[in-house]
Amino acid sequence: MSASRMEERVSQRTISFTLNGQPMRLEINPHETLLHVLRERAAAAEVKSGCERGDCGACAVLVDGRGVNSCLTLAVQVDGKAVTTVRGLGTPDAPHPLQAAFLEQGAAQCGFCIPGMLVTLQAFLSERPAPTRAEIREAIAGNLCRCTGYHKILDAAETAARQMRAVQA
Amino acid sequence: MLPHVDYVRAEGVAHALALLDRHGAGARLLAGGTDLLVDLRERRSAPALLVDISELDELAAIRAEDGALHIGAGVTVAALREDATVQAEFPALAEAARWFADYLTRNKATLGGNLANASPGADFLVPLLALDAAVTIAAAAGDRTVPLDQFLLGPRQTALGRGELLREVVLPRSAPAGQAYEKLGLKHGGAIAVVSCAVVMDVRAGRGARVRIVLGAAAPRPFRARAAEERLEGQPLSAERAEQAAALAAGAAQPISDVRGSAEYRRAMVQALVRRGIDAAQAAAVRS
Repeated sequence: MSASRMEERVSQRTISFTLNGQPMRLEINPHETLLHVLRERAAAAEVKSGCERGDCGACAVLVDGRGVNSCLTLAVQVDGKAVTTVRGLGTPDAPHPLQAAFLEQGAAQCGFCIPGMLVTLQAFLSERPAPTRAEIREAIAGNLCRCTGYHKILDAAETAARQMRAVQA
Repeated sequence: MLPHVDYVRAEGVAHALALLDRHGAGARLLAGGTDLLVDLRERRSAPALLVDISELDELAAIRAEDGALHIGAGVTVAALREDATVQAEFPALAEAARWFADYLTRNKATLGGNLANASPGADFLVPLLALDAAVTIAAAAGDRTVPLDQFLLGPRQTALGRGELLREVVLPRSAPAGQAYEKLGLKHGGAIAVVSCAVVMDVRAGRGARVRIVLGAAAPRPFRARAAEERLEGQPLSAERAEQAAALAAGAAQPISDVRGSAEYRRAMVQALVRRGIDAAQAAAVRS
């Protein structure tokens, strides 16, 4: 066995976390990113791999409710934490208000950026339930969409924010 | 994929220092990871061990003590942006946090990471130099506090020695009320500065006082444009004098040409940004 193989075996470890509420237990190497582990080992291909350097937001997930880029998070760092992907926001039968608004308003074109967009907006709206349109634009400045020009995304986010406030009230 | 690296989640600052001491140059501190993990991926850094300090509460607090605000190195940019004391007393710093990267990055990136990386365009070095900040460095032998200006040795070089860790930023709470931070990016959100500046000043009987003008991304490291400061310090303020100070700042810049702009463009933008900053800081000082 080569030295590098030996090293990998030595540093391999087990992490436990919840993925969309389901308990997970995985053997991982510490250099594996959360993005890689979610897609390749946890069947969470809804988390998209874009730039892999924190510029595009396609890989955004919630870690204990906070929106982060999973490409710049190590899997080992979510040991003991709750990870939520877009799949954890809602289901086809019971969509999250953001998902419903995106569907109704045709806010997705190719769809690649949408999982990260929805997760980011969920995190942002939980902190700031009544944002201005300018604040929403600022919140998704790190989520690149190369199709839509963002207008329908902003429309849908505003609609969803209103509906989420109405549910809260 | 990242290259192979080992990982330990530090249990406290003392534990992190012990790990740094034991592993020497092979260990790197992992805070937000928004720069470090990109450097690993692009093979600019190849540590054997990452010491994760992102979970340490003792580095993530903002507290007032002895006439100073102590901001933990592990405070995220998102937390810094929302802090009421920072907003009220250090608006130049709050403004830098406001325009730092993007929402997802701000949730992870830390103040200490930005300072310790010491990029020529590091957003927080600029307002903090203008606010006469100091930093506390933790080491096994004990803490030491040094002025930020002395912490910063050059591009990507700091006074942090082997086995040391940046613990906190210390800001005197007697800062002038006139503060402005101006950043020019190639786009509105998520941009790295083409150039930036901070202007901090009081206005007493129509004259400038305690004037600080700091330029970012205009030289190998952020620096005070002292000739520009002197044009305003103790002098009656006017549009003409502000323009002269801005021109002196542009003259002091040593910008480079790169993908974000030519040296000539940067120099012209330094002048425009400093002029704008002086006007904004002066207006804020007069309002207070």
